[in-house]
Amino acid sequence: MEYDFIVVGGGLVGSSIAYGLARQNYKVAVLDGGDRSFRASRGNFGLVWVQGKGADFAPYAQWTGQAAGLWPELVAELANKTGLGIDYQRSGGMHFCLDEAEWDERVQEMEQVREHTNGSFEYEMLNHAQLKKQIPQISSAVLGASYSPQDGHVNPLYLLQSLQQGMDYHQVDYFPGQAIDRIEAKQGGFFAHSTQGILSAEKIAICAGLNNRRLGEMLGMDIPVVVDRGQIMITERLQPFLNFPTLHVRQTAEGTVQIGYSHEDVGLDDGSSPSVLKKLASRAVSMFPLLARVGLVRAWGALRVMTPDHNPIYQQSANCPGAFTVTCHSGVTLAAMHAGPVAGWIAGNCELDLINHFSADRFDVSTD
Amino acid sequence: MFRLIEDAGTDTVTVCIEDREYDVPAGISVAAAVLLCGVSKVRNTPVSGSPRLPYCMMGICFDCLMSIDGVPNQQACQVEVAQNMTIEYQQGAAELQQQG
Repeated sequence: MEYDFIVVGGGLVGSSIAYGLARQNYKVAVLDGGDRSFRASRGNFGLVWVQGKGADFAPYAQWTGQAAGLWPELVAELANKTGLGIDYQRSGGMHFCLDEAEWDERVQEMEQVREHTNGSFEYEMLNHAQLKKQIPQISSAVLGASYSPQDGHVNPLYLLQSLQQGMDYHQVDYFPGQAIDRIEAKQGGFFAHSTQGILSAEKIAICAGLNNRRLGEMLGMDIPVVVDRGQIMITERLQPFLNFPTLHVRQTAEGTVQIGYSHEDVGLDDGSSPSVLKKLASRAVSMFPLLARVGLVRAWGALRVMTPDHNPIYQQSANCPGAFTVTCHSGVTLAAMHAGPVAGWIAGNCELDLINHFSADRFDVSTD
Repeated sequence: MFRLIEDAGTDTVTVCIEDREYDVPAGISVAAAVLLCGVSKVRNTPVSGSPRLPYCMMGICFDCLMSIDGVPNQQACQVEVAQNMTIEYQQGAAELQQQG
């Protein structure tokens, strides 16, 4: 076999896994798509987000908390190897509640996550006066916010660039513009037939986002993938006013404000639409009246890689041992988990107690 | 460095660039006007503070951002000059303006 591992997919998930494997001195090839692929990693919001995740699934709450905790180490390590800054800040994050119903629902979710993590998830509910002390520009219409010191944000494009330079540092062979025709499991390894020709490896990791269903089938895995479009718009650069990322609005290190958090089921269409952008803008202005007079410079749509229950899938194929898949929407938040423990699990060098909860078997209909 | 073409027309408007008045041809863009008047920059970037002049002149590069009639971060190449227009350098990121 030419390689120890082939990683299919060079977005945030594939790059994190490939970097994490190469760092353990394995010989790794990455088969990436091209500019016409749907690339969530180039369109996402850049949150390293903990609060609220896993409220209805304890393992995901624990997994996310651990992932966010591993971030500072990954950032330092990448900076050391690449010399690049990625604008990572663990500033704490806020989620605004506009009325009593939203507040009550939020309290319940926060409390569930805290219980699921045996208290390691930390949060506070801030009333309007407490919130206004932190963010003076907040609208008087906002009732309050949930705050967690464990949230943060990053420039997701710099993160991708930094992971890819990290791959280069560890001599990963990177092949862009690849379409995969088929993958064969034979001779105790895997043969990927792509634009590049045929590459072989002992093991293979499928990290190709929306393509995971098709590629998983080739390796005997049934990976349900759900498309969820989000739209984002970007303002002109403004003086800093928002030191905390939120699910809807975040100010980047360069001063632009990102406005997002829409969810649409529109199939494989990554366009944007005025009606959705209008709703996003209107919610943002209801939180920050000063945004009403601000200019917009760009808007786009991107497709989230979701699963039916919104929790990630980590799976080794039962039919083709040595074939793995990672399917998740949180490629940013989970990047440090993927580069560290998950790459170790794929290499067979460490056991992860939690990971069995994330098998795709949970979607199988029982026939007993 | 820049000069008018011969058939530029004779109508002019008076604009105020950084507190100095200039007569410039009617119908040209603010970016063309500031280049004609010989400014050495239109803005300082928010990230590094480096000075910039208009570049693409067709609305793509966003390097010609200026404050025009008090509205920050306007693309000077996309705005036509008008009588008594106030044109100022864009210094870094826009100031926050409360709605009012």
